[in-house]
Amino acid sequence: MSEVTSPVASVAPVAVRSARFYVTSEHHPENGTLLGFWLYLMSDCLVFACLFAMYGVLGRSYAAGPSGADLFELPLVAVNTSLLLLSSITYGVAMLEMQRNRLLATLAWLGITGLLGAGFVGVELHEFANLIHAGAGPQRSAFLSSFFTLVGTHGLHVSVGVVWLVTMMVQLTQKGLIPENRRRLLCLSMFWHFLDVVWIGVFTFVYLMGALP
Amino acid sequence: MTPPYTGTPVHTGGDAEHGPEAGAAHSSLKGYVTGFVLSVVLTAVPFWLVMSKAFDKSSTTAVVILGFAAVQIVVHMIYFLHMNTKSEGGWSLLALIFTVMIVVIALSGSLWVMYHLNHNMMPASMHDMRNMP
Amino acid sequence: MLDHPELKRLVLGRLTWDAIPFHEPILLWTFVAVALGAAGVVAAVTYYRLWGVLWRDWITSIDHKKIGIMYVILGLVMLLRGFSDAIMMRAQQAISFGHSMGYLPPHHYDQIFTAHGVIMIFFVAMPLVTGLMNFIVPLQIGARDVAFPFLNNFSFWMTTFGAALVMMSLFVGEFARTGWLAYPPLSGIASSPDVGVDYYIWSLQIAGVGTLLSGINLIATIVKMRAPGMTLMKMPVFTWTALCTNVLIVAAFPVLTAVLALLALDRYVGTSFFTNDFGGNPMMYVNLIWIWGHPEVYILILPAFGVFSEVVATFSGKRLFGYASMVYATVVITILSYLVWLHHFFTMGSGASVNSFFGITTMIISIPTGAKMFNWLFTMYRGRIRFELPMMWTIGFMFTFMIGGMTGVLLAVPPADFALHNSLFLVAHFHNVIIGGVLFGMLAGITYWFPKAFGYRLDPFWGKCSFWFWITGFWFAFMPLYVLGLMGVTRRLSHFEDPSLQIWFQIAAFGAVLILLGILSFIVQLVVSFRRRESLRDTTGDPWDGRTLEWSTSSPPPAYNFAFTPRIHDTDTWADMKRQRYIRPQDGFNAIHMPKNTGAGFVLAALSAVCAFALIWQMWLPAGIAFVALLSAIIVHTFNYDRDFHIPADEVVRVENARTHLLAAHV
Repeated sequence: MSEVTSPVASVAPVAVRSARFYVTSEHHPENGTLLGFWLYLMSDCLVFACLFAMYGVLGRSYAAGPSGADLFELPLVAVNTSLLLLSSITYGVAMLEMQRNRLLATLAWLGITGLLGAGFVGVELHEFANLIHAGAGPQRSAFLSSFFTLVGTHGLHVSVGVVWLVTMMVQLTQKGLIPENRRRLLCLSMFWHFLDVVWIGVFTFVYLMGALP
Repeated sequence: MTPPYTGTPVHTGGDAEHGPEAGAAHSSLKGYVTGFVLSVVLTAVPFWLVMSKAFDKSSTTAVVILGFAAVQIVVHMIYFLHMNTKSEGGWSLLALIFTVMIVVIALSGSLWVMYHLNHNMMPASMHDMRNMP
Repeated sequence: MLDHPELKRLVLGRLTWDAIPFHEPILLWTFVAVALGAAGVVAAVTYYRLWGVLWRDWITSIDHKKIGIMYVILGLVMLLRGFSDAIMMRAQQAISFGHSMGYLPPHHYDQIFTAHGVIMIFFVAMPLVTGLMNFIVPLQIGARDVAFPFLNNFSFWMTTFGAALVMMSLFVGEFARTGWLAYPPLSGIASSPDVGVDYYIWSLQIAGVGTLLSGINLIATIVKMRAPGMTLMKMPVFTWTALCTNVLIVAAFPVLTAVLALLALDRYVGTSFFTNDFGGNPMMYVNLIWIWGHPEVYILILPAFGVFSEVVATFSGKRLFGYASMVYATVVITILSYLVWLHHFFTMGSGASVNSFFGITTMIISIPTGAKMFNWLFTMYRGRIRFELPMMWTIGFMFTFMIGGMTGVLLAVPPADFALHNSLFLVAHFHNVIIGGVLFGMLAGITYWFPKAFGYRLDPFWGKCSFWFWITGFWFAFMPLYVLGLMGVTRRLSHFEDPSLQIWFQIAAFGAVLILLGILSFIVQLVVSFRRRESLRDTTGDPWDGRTLEWSTSSPPPAYNFAFTPRIHDTDTWADMKRQRYIRPQDGFNAIHMPKNTGAGFVLAALSAVCAFALIWQMWLPAGIAFVALLSAIIVHTFNYDRDFHIPADEVVRVENARTHLLAAHV
């Protein structure tokens, strides 16, 4: 290869030619974290799709055991749904406070969100305990296996979200609203709202439709 | 403090420019409140429909509440997840559309396949059994 | 301390001395050989004082090039294991006729065919594909690294520790005896109460996390980090196929994760997803796992198609024929691959409507694939073809893959499939496409990009030996299986009664021996090339007169890949730069912002593997401790905000000046 020594100066001035071929200053590509995290959420969405498919296929296989209409307490589900919905808007307010650079207010709203999330997990554990106590545990029938797995996987996600939220709050107190923390808060925000979207599917497809006669 | 690796966007290969907070750039209290009110309504109505047994036929209720769920998912996507055609240069929306497509294929495909399997392999009566293909 | 039986169960679970296969001479001798080999490696590393280098420059490295190389090494090492399984099966089937029962007892033979499939797909083909994508994609798009360099290192170690668990099952306990997809109810707790299926589940879960994360990483890299001017339709074809492959990974691997988790719940918790009682449905497992499984096939083959596209264009000295149609064909295959999964279980009994739908979609997939084949042929037409090694692999692929593709269309016809399913015809078909397509593609890619990675070419003589042994070996090994399959011989049998079949199995075994020679030639090629590296040295960075951006930088590339980020004006960027008489910049260098190495990925993956091992043996206490440790390690890692550094401008100047001198000395 002789590209180094070839006599090319006659074609165009070197500066013009180099600007054609490369960026002379330091080049920073766009940050990919938010897109990457969104892609992760999409993959998580497919995990839930499988669990929904499982429930769709096995949701009426009661094996002579109890059915959804026998078991589901819709008022409790309504409470749980409102906890999660409320936590969505409190997280939204936390993000608005973040945009206004108010650290303490951000922390306070995050704290409220975390409590609502923990409340949701608590109510769900209470419901599970009741079911298992009544002899309707995940081993009872394929319907209950798929019910516990779908709802439990969602609950597990919410729990992870709460742990993440607490970690995030510690990091905010340590480092403040630096760009990294803002980006992480945005990711957690997507995660939190995404879980809300999945819950819409759960309460409609599992609880409400399951409670239909 | 040095900026994070690949942090501050300076210029890019064709996509629109975004700061690290591109996703939140469109959020406002008004948006969140609108979304919240809409989703409260869209949640409350299905619960009421089922709990008060508003329709006689279960299948009608099922179709209606599934419709409500679909609308509510769209509401959440727009007001809480700030989904639009511009965020991340349109790639988030593209990823979402692709995922929805795969989810629909996997869900409806599984249900269709397994329904036919059960229909063919678990005949309800001896009469069906004799007429199996 | 462990006298108390309850405590002992809590700590050791069901692991006892019985789990070590002292009574199986084959395994014992393998273990002795592996242990001696490992001791030799450890001794050599210690003797040459390489532990520090190994840890600093490789294990903790987040350089996409080193991670790519490590992936390829993992794939090649596991290829040796997977091939040992293959040749053992061929030997068994060649001699196990009539009164002779062969040398492998059935329960051992069943583990071998399971391990062979699992290893070849998950730990040979996947690492080779991921490794090539990791190495090449950032170079082809003019980036300094991938979007999430730490995640990349973590993904690699997850894959490696998954492979390590499979290897461990050889000497501690046993592997699954269920076939490579572990269908229930056979893989359920009632039929497989031992640890084999648990090894299967956890090794794939761990490796699966790694694969998923690397898929997300490469998509974000391709979307966000292309050099200025590289619009989507100016991306090299390999990058396009990498993008589509990673989209498939992100959209398919969650399904595998979910379905294996459900199987694990059935086995550990006693749920009834895939059981025959309590309303479970085993066919739902088959349905779900093939929703992952069919895209997986295209995850493997698309990058191979990308390699062939690059190789054909380079060695024909022409622009690729039909770039746009190539891209569209790739995208169409990506989407169609989600619409065909049922053709893997036509015989399940879903009936005519379902089977015809999936049969037709399967046949449709051959159209974009055929379009690609014609594009390669038209690229070669009137080109100045240089029959270098990568080109030979490509032509070998075209001959071989044709047959595999046609038998695939044959199997897509449901009535034909009813006769041929589960037969050796099927086995011949998928080896035909995976060896002839994926493996030849990866070998073409390795020989093509080897000079870029290491700075010297591979020795052509031994490469040609390897090529001819592989291709003749392939035809000898698998054409008899087509014949046997048409005669109705089913797969996964360790013994036959009909002596008239024996000759076909002997021919197949002969083919396997030829493939063994092919693999040995490849190893010799690596050694010979290393010894002759000075005479095979590539000083230009562009040994093949390449066309895409990776050939514009030095071989091997500097840590930062490009001193200045290139601007893109053409699909074949480097060919365009050469045509426009590009002058390499020799001054004005800036400091370069780079991510910092970290050992966190290795630690996290190791903890995951420990947790998985404890879960396999039901050691609840160690499993709990490892899980808590893993969670804490993740949280601690997020407190590390110091993840980057600058390569000083002086260092860049030094590296670039060295290259200037090298180029000047070899004009």
